[in-house]
Formats: sequence, C-alpha cells, structure tokens
Amino acid sequence: MLAYVIRRLLYGAVVVLGVLLFLFVLFFTVTDPDDVARRALGEKALPEVIEQWKANHGYDKPLWPWQAERATESLLYDHFRRMLSFDFGRSDADDAPIAERIRRGMGPSLSLTVPLFVLGLGVGLALSLFVAFFRETYIDRMGVFLCVLGMSVSILLYIVGGQYAIGKLLRWFPISGFDFTPELLPRFLALPLVVGLAAGFGSDVRFYRTVFLEETNRDYVRTARAKGCGEGRIMWGHVLRNAMIPILTHTVLAIPFLFTGALLLESFFGIPGLGAITVDAIQGNDFSTLRTMVYIGSLLFILGQILTDVSYSLADPRVRLG
Amino acid sequence: MQAWLISNLVAGALFAGGIALGVAVRRNRLWREATGELARRRPVALGVIALFVGVALLDSVAWVGGVEAGEDVVAVLEAQSVIDRAFLGFQEKSYSAPFASAEFYGGARLAHPGRHPLGTDILGRDVLYLTLKGARVALLIGGLTSLITIPLALLFGVSAGYFGGRIDDVVFFVMSTLASMPGLLLLIALIMAMGRSTLSVCIALAVTGWVGFCRLARGETLKLRELDYVQAARALGVSEPRIILRHILPNLMHLVVVTFVLMFSGLVLSEAILSWLGIGVDGSWGQMIDRARDELSRDPIIWWNLSAAGAALFVLLLAVNFVGDAVRDILDPRTLRENL
Repeated sequence: MLAYVIRRLLYGAVVVLGVLLFLFVLFFTVTDPDDVARRALGEKALPEVIEQWKANHGYDKPLWPWQAERATESLLYDHFRRMLSFDFGRSDADDAPIAERIRRGMGPSLSLTVPLFVLGLGVGLALSLFVAFFRETYIDRMGVFLCVLGMSVSILLYIVGGQYAIGKLLRWFPISGFDFTPELLPRFLALPLVVGLAAGFGSDVRFYRTVFLEETNRDYVRTARAKGCGEGRIMWGHVLRNAMIPILTHTVLAIPFLFTGALLLESFFGIPGLGAITVDAIQGNDFSTLRTMVYIGSLLFILGQILTDVSYSLADPRVRLG
Repeated sequence: MQAWLISNLVAGALFAGGIALGVAVRRNRLWREATGELARRRPVALGVIALFVGVALLDSVAWVGGVEAGEDVVAVLEAQSVIDRAFLGFQEKSYSAPFASAEFYGGARLAHPGRHPLGTDILGRDVLYLTLKGARVALLIGGLTSLITIPLALLFGVSAGYFGGRIDDVVFFVMSTLASMPGLLLLIALIMAMGRSTLSVCIALAVTGWVGFCRLARGETLKLRELDYVQAARALGVSEPRIILRHILPNLMHLVVVTFVLMFSGLVLSEAILSWLGIGVDGSWGQMIDRARDELSRDPIIWWNLSAAGAALFVLLLAVNFVGDAVRDILDPRTLRENL
C-alpha cells in the first residue's frame, strides 16, 4: 500500500514537472519575452525600452541553461525554481504581486463555486432520479429532450438572458456586483447561481440518467423486485447507492477546479474572484498571471487525482494496485 | 496564394471528399444500413445540418469581379462569395429593426426599406447576412479542429495501445500532463501564446480536445489487440502496419464517427466562449453575441442581433446533438458514455 502511494506521488511529481515544461515552452519560446514586452508596450516600442522592460520583469536572461554562463542564470531555471517554491512574482501588466492577488480572489471564487457545485449535484441527482424512475415513458422522453435543448444553448446566452430577464425585467436580484457581508452576499450570488445551474443541468442530468439506467438493468435490481421491493425503494435504496460510485468518480475530479473559479460567471457578474482575475489577465496580456493560474489549477487537479486514487484503493477491494 | 483561392479549393475538396465518402458508405453494407437507419430516425435534424453546410459552401465559393462599380469600391477589388453577392449593396447607416423602413434611432429613412428581415447592426450591416456568414465559421471550427484532432489522437492512441511499453508510457504521460491543466485555461493560454487567428484557435482546441479520444482509442486498441483474429493474423506472419490498417483501424471507425459528431457541438460552444473573451474567430456567432451584449441595456432594447446569432447557434447545435445521440445509439450503444 505504502509503495503504491509513494509511486503515485512520484508520478504526480513528474506530471507537475511536465506541466511546468509545457508552460515554459508555451510562454517563453512560442511567445518569447520580446513578444510579451512588445504587447505590453506597443508595437512601436524602442529596443532600449523593451530591454528595460525585460530587465524590470526579470526576463533579461538567456532562455535555456546551456546558453547561459551558469545554468542557474537562465529563464528555464528561474521558471522552475519560482513555480516550485510558490514565488509567483509580479504581474506583467501592472506589477502587482500575483500571490497576494490570488489569496484575495480565493474567497469570492469559492463562495460562488462551492454552492454551485453542491446545488448542481443535488438538483442534477434529484432530476435525473425522477427521470430515471419514469424510464420508457413520456416523462423520460420529455426530460431527455429538455436536456438536449439545454445543452444546445451557449452559456453566453444563459448569462445574458438571465441578467436581462431576472435582473432587469423582474428586478429580483442585482444584475452584478459583490459584497462579502452576510446580509448582502446571498443577494449578489443568487443570479450567478441560477444561471450557472441552468447552464449545467442539461449535460449533468443526461449523464446521471445514463448511469442510473445502466444500474437498473443489473441483476440485483431484478432480485430486489422479485423479493417484492417497491419501485421507489429500489431507486432510492439500491440504484442510487450503486450509481453513486461512477457519479462520484466523475464529480470528485471537478472539485480541484472549484478553486480556479468560474471564468465567465465571475467576470459577467462582477465577482472579484480568480476567474475574473484570469479574464483580466487575458484582456491585459498579463502572461505571468495567466501561467500562474494554469499552474495552480493543474497542481490542484493532480493532488485531487492522487487523493481520489488512493482513497479508492483503500475503499474498493477490487481496485488493483497496479 | 490568395485566401479566397484557398477557400475555393477547400470547398471543392470538401465537396469531392463528401461525395467520395458517400460512395464508400454505399458500398459497405454495414455503413449503408447505419446511415439508412440514421436518415429514418432523424430526417429533420439531418436536413437542418445539410442546410447549414449548404450555406457554408455557398459562402466559400468566391471570385473577383462581376460586381457593378460604384456600389462599393472595396467589393469591386476583393473576391466576393455567393452569399456576399446576394447581400451586396444592402448597406444602411445604423441600427434598424427587422423589416423596418426607417432607422431605429432618429427615424431617418433607410436606403432599402423593408429589405432587412432580421434588421441591421450598429454599422448598418444586414443581420441575416452576418448570421449566414457565421455558418461557415462554425463549420470551419468544428471541421478543421476535428481534422487535426482525430488523426493525431488515432495515431497516438493506436500506437500506444498496440505497441505498449515505452511508447505507451510516453503517450500516457503526455495525456496526463495535458489533462491535468484546466481545459478552458489551457485553451486560453495556447491562443494567447500563438497569437489570435482562426488557425491558432483550431490548433488550441485540437490540443485540448485530443486527449479524450486518444484515451478511448488506446483502450479499444488494447481490447482489439487480444482478439482471436488479430492473434491469428500475427501468427500467420502478417506485418504489424498491415494488422493495424486492416484489423485495428476499421474497428475504430465507428468511434471516430461518434466522436466527430459529439465533439462538434463542444467545439462550437468553446469558440463562443473564446469570442466573448476577445480571442475568438472573426465573424463567428460568438462574436455577434459578444458585440450584442450591451445592446440589451439600451432603451428601447435592440434584440435582433443577439437573437439571430443565438438562434442560429442553437438550431445548429440542437440538430448536431440529436444526430449525435442517434449516431451513438446506432453505432455503439454500449462502450461510449460521457467519457468524451
């Protein structure tokens, strides 16, 4: 067991290094620091100004270790050292410290994504259980049809439409904004939550329904029916429990990404979270913030994956420790 | 070569390829039955898709000249597609409502009253025209990206699954590295690094999208490799490339078709999000939605831009999703789930 955990951790570490190398290739060689400087300063910036900018932002070194006099004097080394020691440096756009910014954005992001995740799972499971209970009837067909309808609408339309219908016409909730005080927070979060749920329910419900239907064809369901269980009890007691395994595998892996926030919802509804920071970084050509966000996202994902794998191997005796 | 010539060539090649594919499908009994079943189950959705493809092809066939001078100086010199020609000269100065005869603000008389079934946008361009142009962009994004993704994923997935060992390790490592980065962020990072163009959007979508199908192809190949007829072929001394071409790839073709259809709607939806972030493809419906964002907060509101682009996107994706479901049911009811 211990050997498995260690091997899993080591593989995770190798993947982290792979991600870092990928980010280096993407952000230092595909767009080299000269490009970044030119995008920040304008196409017609003088060479001296560009050199000055690069020096200020720590880009004035050779790219690869073998180009430098000492291997530690290269951008590759800098990139790995800083990322691995969580020293993210300053933003390319406005020189603000990135780590500080991320710390401030975490709270607003989580206050949106955690309720969204929990509600989405709950509502999705309830709806799909309902649809699966009436399988092979018009209710089921209607439900699947609605899911496909929902999946075909772009999230942009959900956001714009939700803001217009609920925020502007009905005036139930403020259209956008954010406040951490307990009285105001729910009012500001309500609209993004409703929109986020609406945008996600189609594919979720359809997926859960497939899993449920797969379970209802199993032998144990027939046995339960043969010994006289009611359909409701079969759904709640037997099918739901067994279906939770594939459903949880699917959803647990989404948890790490709760931290990186909801890109579109946050920036549309003016929530100052990590998603909004990322959108600002895109619009401001802020490459250092962008690569930090990708790095943190994948770090969390890899950690989450290791935890899931290890806990599965503990919980399920059928999982081989390969 | 000039862009419009390439566009003509691509349109011609696609048309020829489509006919060749149709002939190939008709020759093979299993595929013929599958397509027949699909046509029986989803006639309307297939018709809608054919309509969009037709519009996109009409918009890809372009040539220079034949435009009456005096209407538009630029139009005379540049290549104009069939769709461009149909709408040439229907230019207004500003917003006008559908079928209006006067401008929306100010009420000045339009140059072509009643000739804009979906109204005009802020620059006076016909919204129906812009919406039709979006069809080509959407199909280009879906099609070009799939053309990059599927061969790549097949190559890596099949070789990893068939040969195993070192190759499998490397492919698996690359897949886990790419899969560990948050999808949308990776997409954005790639486009930011490569610069903003149609091709870089397609490449970025392909890089983020190939992992799912590659994993699927690898898993299927692992299963196929152990089947009796593959073992028999190997025992008879058939060469490995030949085994892959004759025994492995044909048995993955149904996965390719299903993946293509299911991937399509996701790609178009992603492009809409990218457009909203300002890094999308020019002329897409996503950009129309993006431009129309503030129009809803005007008073009186301007709704036709947003509705036209949104409805076109919705109808295309709905048709594709319905066809995708049917294709999955017909070709592969068991192994494919939501792991794409």
